[in-house]
Amino acid sequence: MDKQIELAEKLAKKFKDKVEVLEEEPGTLYVSKDDFLDVMTKLKEKHGFNYLVDLTAVDYENEIVAVYHLMVLPDCDKVKVKVKLDKEDPRIPSVVSLWAAADVQERETYDLMGVIYEGHPNLKRILCPDDFEGHPLRKDYKLEARR
Amino acid sequence: MEMSNIQVYKKNLKTQEITLNMGPQHPSTHGVYRCILTLDGEYVTHLENVMGYLHRGMEKLAEDRTYTQFIPYTDRLDYLAAALNNIGYVQTVEKLMDIEVPERAEYIRVIVGELQRIASHLVYVGSYALDVNGFTGWMYAFRDRERILDLFEMITGSRMTLSFPRIGGVSHDITDEFVEGLEKFIEDFPACLDEFDGLVTGNEIFQARTKGVGVLDVETAINYGISGPNLRASGYEFDLRKHDPYGIYDRFEFDIPTGENGDSFDRFIVRMEEMRQSLRIIKQALRDIPDGPIQAKVPKVIKPKAGEVYHQIEGAKGWLGYYLVSDGSTKPYRLHIHGPSFVNLGVFPEIAKGGNIQDAVVILASIDIVLGEVDR
Amino acid sequence: MERLFLNLGEGIQQWLASLGLGATAVSLIMVAIKVAAILGFVLLNVLYLVYLERKISAYIQQRLGPNRVGPRGLLQTTMDVIKLISKEDIIPQAADRKVFRLAAIVVFIPAVMLYAVIPFGKDMIAIDLNIGVFYFIAVSSTTTIAFLMAGWGSNNKYSLLGGMRTVAQMVSYEIPLVFSILGVIMLTGSLKMSDIIAAQKDVWFIVLQPIAFLIFFIAGTAELNRAPFDLPEGEQELIAGATTEYSGMRWAIFFLAEYSNLVAMSALAVTLFLGGPSGPWAPSWIWFVIKVYIMIYLFMWVRWTFPRIRVDHLMHTNWKFLLPLSLANILVTGIGIKIFEWFS
Repeated sequence: MDKQIELAEKLAKKFKDKVEVLEEEPGTLYVSKDDFLDVMTKLKEKHGFNYLVDLTAVDYENEIVAVYHLMVLPDCDKVKVKVKLDKEDPRIPSVVSLWAAADVQERETYDLMGVIYEGHPNLKRILCPDDFEGHPLRKDYKLEARR
Repeated sequence: MEMSNIQVYKKNLKTQEITLNMGPQHPSTHGVYRCILTLDGEYVTHLENVMGYLHRGMEKLAEDRTYTQFIPYTDRLDYLAAALNNIGYVQTVEKLMDIEVPERAEYIRVIVGELQRIASHLVYVGSYALDVNGFTGWMYAFRDRERILDLFEMITGSRMTLSFPRIGGVSHDITDEFVEGLEKFIEDFPACLDEFDGLVTGNEIFQARTKGVGVLDVETAINYGISGPNLRASGYEFDLRKHDPYGIYDRFEFDIPTGENGDSFDRFIVRMEEMRQSLRIIKQALRDIPDGPIQAKVPKVIKPKAGEVYHQIEGAKGWLGYYLVSDGSTKPYRLHIHGPSFVNLGVFPEIAKGGNIQDAVVILASIDIVLGEVDR
Repeated sequence: MERLFLNLGEGIQQWLASLGLGATAVSLIMVAIKVAAILGFVLLNVLYLVYLERKISAYIQQRLGPNRVGPRGLLQTTMDVIKLISKEDIIPQAADRKVFRLAAIVVFIPAVMLYAVIPFGKDMIAIDLNIGVFYFIAVSSTTTIAFLMAGWGSNNKYSLLGGMRTVAQMVSYEIPLVFSILGVIMLTGSLKMSDIIAAQKDVWFIVLQPIAFLIFFIAGTAELNRAPFDLPEGEQELIAGATTEYSGMRWAIFFLAEYSNLVAMSALAVTLFLGGPSGPWAPSWIWFVIKVYIMIYLFMWVRWTFPRIRVDHLMHTNWKFLLPLSLANILVTGIGIKIFEWFS
């Protein structure tokens, strides 16, 4: 964990104003939506984060946060990248061109959380049926009572 | 220039591609998974994954259960390797709450976890044999797996849905009866593997069916986020248990089997070898296991402070990750489960292209998916 | 004992004649009785073979197999047949109804017709045609048409693929099959079953023609669509191939034909290579049954041990391996015969 915090601080210095590390969340890089693709490309190509560990999103009260866990193989250096998105219209550039692993995971996050990944080659529902309405992992998604 | 008769014939000869719906009910989709094949004759020109038939909304369910209540749900992820899912989940919560797990509990987790890995791999090699119509291989593998399930029953009372780890330890201590049975199993099992090698692995037809089929090179594998045995089969020596150890895995000595060509045959033998390595780990754990408590002192009500954690373990199918966000209440605010089968399946359309329909079946069998984990 | 069935037949014939029926009527009734006897033999065999197959596979796989219905599960297949007969006859809406229905009949006719030339014992052969072997090959090859009809008529993609595979496989494997038999024919100089058996009085042809026997066995397995050549069914890829849409009794007829062909092919192998129905001490028909069951056991053993071959390897094995080998076998046999003639 300490290794991850150190690395995050190092990376934050390199990226200067494009990346922000919050005090209460050490080890996490906050990136704005506009700089996102640029930062991710550099992380992959310059800093060797060749493996996308996990891709998801969390629905908070005021925003939806896209979360990316990256890793360097085989050194196991890890970094977490977060992007705050607008709750009404969560849009973020797709990273499929960088890591093909993002393909299914972006579709999943779109399906369950409603984040729209711009530039994804085939952004459609993956787990829910095609005619499903709403995005079930949103906090405001109304669950039907068990019958 | 005049066309020869054959050229005229070829020009007039139109072939048509057909779309074949494989699944959700199909003998070799390993569950309710569907793929839409576009076939030119018997050759696959395009393939599309369709999943979600087993989607139960695990992640949403987690938000409405307490931390402890969610343990049984993890059984139903990769239902062939319940113990590994349990261990991954409780370790995630422990990591979030900084709970120190007693030594003995850690060792029990390793023993049961590795047994579960063997059981899962046995299902893999068995169903792999079945998918090339080697029914006898399937039966042999399940005969051996049965003994592991019996062992599980001795300590947890359950054969498949174990739910035996608890946050801060394990629910049951191992008994003498279990140790006795396990020692017998350790003694017998290598011969069972050799027998299986003789029946399936060494078979000429089996090798012809699997060698050079569905080749996945290292770059593609890493790009597609392939993990676990599939990545190692492509020739990449990387095991979370060794390179990024969790629990007490840094104490054990074992080799990391890797493949050379990344084809379906390599994916098979890597798992065969992994079973032998798991057996080595179990032997060491059984030798070193200390006496002591099996449960740490944890509060009655699990209430982690606000924060988040990502924890991944070397599951049976790949790297099983849990992303847990806590808001300080008794229930997880958000739990994301990174199912390795789900991501591994993403590469299937890529590597199945160009082979024929029989190859597609072999490749699907070789990447080892469990639909409970794919759909969650 | 040796002439048990022959005497039985003669007895019936004499009894019929004593009733005052004309000669034509008697011979017609005798033909009907012979057909009924053969049909009975085939059906009883199939009933038992399914049980045998399940038991053998069970022992190979270290389990028990059927053991609940009747003593040692012996009535299991009887119950299965009763269940199949009582099932609803489903014809898919999209199917070509005529072809679909006809296929189940077409597949069974050659399977029974084959038995006309099979010597069940000494002098126990329905019709000893002078082109017996040729007749057998010709009739058995028509099974292909039934599979194609089933595959096409079902109007299902899996069935169609299965039907196509069947045609490709059976047509190609017929060639090495016939060529391997040719070696035996060259040695006897006759296509007549009784001549072939007589020629093996001193030494079985499996000794003189071991390669031909091997080719015959491999190609025969492919002709029977049994593992490792069961691509037309190909459960793991094609659900059940050409028979995917069949259920109930129609499906049972396909099943019946498959096992009936298995017995017939084993009987041919016995006739051509294992000396036919002959042996010491016991009556010839008992030896016939024993030899046939040894062949059947071989087929089953292979089925439960080997995985399925891939479709392109299937063709390679045939055209690049079996065919040249069988041609070479013919050449060597021919040279051998000439040399033998030279010295004697």
